Amino acid sequence: MGNHTKRDKAWTKNDKIFLGILIPVLALFFFFNTLPLLKGFYYGLTNYRGYGDYDFVGLRNFKDIFTDLRVGKSYLFTFKYAVVMTIAVNLISLILALGLNREIRGKSALRGIYFVPNILGGLVVGYIFSFIFTYILPTVGEITGIGFLQNSMLASTKTAWLAIVIVGAWQGIAMNTIIYISGLQTVPAEVYEAGMIDGVSGWKKFWNLTFPLILPFFTINLVLCMKNALMVFDQIMSLTKGGPSQSTESISYLIYQNGMSGGQFGFQSANAFVFFLVIVIISFLQMKFLGGKEEQL
Amino acid sequence: MKKKNREGAVGGKAINNVINVLLALGCLTILFPLYMTVIIAFKKPSEMTNDVAGALGFPANWNFDNFIEAMRVTDFWRSLGNSLFLTGVTVIICILLHSLAGYVIGRKMAKHKLFKASYFYIVSGMFVPFAVLMMPLVKQTAQIGMANRLGVIVLYVVFFMPMNVLLYSGYLKNIPIALEEAACVDGATVWQTYWKIIFPNMKPMHATVAVLTAMSTWNDVMTPLVIMSGSDVNTLPLAQLNFQSQFGTNYNLAFASYLLALLPILIFYIICQKQIINGVVNGAVK
Repeated sequence: MGNHTKRDKAWTKNDKIFLGILIPVLALFFFFNTLPLLKGFYYGLTNYRGYGDYDFVGLRNFKDIFTDLRVGKSYLFTFKYAVVMTIAVNLISLILALGLNREIRGKSALRGIYFVPNILGGLVVGYIFSFIFTYILPTVGEITGIGFLQNSMLASTKTAWLAIVIVGAWQGIAMNTIIYISGLQTVPAEVYEAGMIDGVSGWKKFWNLTFPLILPFFTINLVLCMKNALMVFDQIMSLTKGGPSQSTESISYLIYQNGMSGGQFGFQSANAFVFFLVIVIISFLQMKFLGGKEEQL
Repeated sequence: MKKKNREGAVGGKAINNVINVLLALGCLTILFPLYMTVIIAFKKPSEMTNDVAGALGFPANWNFDNFIEAMRVTDFWRSLGNSLFLTGVTVIICILLHSLAGYVIGRKMAKHKLFKASYFYIVSGMFVPFAVLMMPLVKQTAQIGMANRLGVIVLYVVFFMPMNVLLYSGYLKNIPIALEEAACVDGATVWQTYWKIIFPNMKPMHATVAVLTAMSTWNDVMTPLVIMSGSDVNTLPLAQLNFQSQFGTNYNLAFASYLLALLPILIFYIICQKQIINGVVNGAVK
């Protein structure tokens, strides 16, 4: 930037016009983003039910979050879901992208089809899959005699979360595949040529040559996928509504369910605020860890 | 020709054929749910026998009775109109306001700390999920009489601001400052310079922002669900949610309704597939 003299830093008329545009934008953002965040913290300090009078209860809600079984369960479910989703989606979409990036017939048509799930709304997709889980798969199970398919995956606490992973992955893979493909296209052909001279092939070629070069895209996908999975809501709403026996309640769903209509406005506000802190910490860690790794290579 | 080098010479072709077949088979996992939706939507309840053919075989007649009934029950045209209205207005405001905000912040970031701080302040909003703000926002919008479509649009505009400001101010680096300075010499005001020079030059980014914003708005359930819960205003996804109970076990009617809800974006995708994919990739990678 060179060395600024005092004059450079002074507010010119031009700067002031820019400031005049900036202030209303900041005000709008503050009023509908920061203010509700602060209000959420405030509500978290009360026993507000969403209506009527309320009292301050100090930090009691924030303490109770850590001992509340239902909240604990929702965190466990959400993290289990997010981790399994992130691993499964990235693995499958990386394989798909490697395939779709080769010289194959009908390449653009195939790419077009694989992207379709991404544009569809999670709610309606959930309803469609709900039918598959409840009717199609059990029928297939009966015909083929495969035992575990014979009951609806959505009806058992053991498998319901997996059903949600399947639907989430069905949609998430589409997005990540496209990003990996655009990553693979940045890998210059010379890299492969150089590798071929050295006799590198197959898995080694991928691991030593391709992967380091698409690492930034891997990072993007990891962060995006994790973030979306942690906020899962639509699929829960259409597939399980948190059931059976609250085994698939995500944090977002619990906040919605109990905060909006369950009379726990204050308590769930505290929960929401803690959720916010958790998201910030995870995002920070991801960027620090993955960002650092990129530089090394 | 470049590709030939990439894939290696001898084994490449055979492997490619195998991969070709596998990828085509994989497509079935995408197409099967869509196929099933179409088939069930056209059937009569009496055709839904308890075997796989009952659900997946072709219907006896391809008639549109289910669709007509589903349109009536879910008030389809009104929901569609609302979805189009919310998405359209949100996209237009986002492009106009966020590009201006991105420009104002991006151009002065290097010079003034206040603009740099504003940039980080707004962009850090990406870490705030809607679920966190949901409850206070419901109270707040109700208090100021915005528990309606206007409120939902304003919330979308604020909620997409971090991402869009990031995209626009990043794109600004591609527009040489000399263009503005030349306009300034010619006596153009900031306002004129922006609309005549900067805004048109940001066109590629407008496309990305439009695609990202439109898709998130179109498919969003949570915001209209909690903000407009008192009113009888439905969006397309909300109509599916609200009328779920009314369908009962009439899956044919339900699937006709799902298909109607999916069709607009599917048609849009078929028409502008390239722009949509580019938009999504640009948004994620930048």
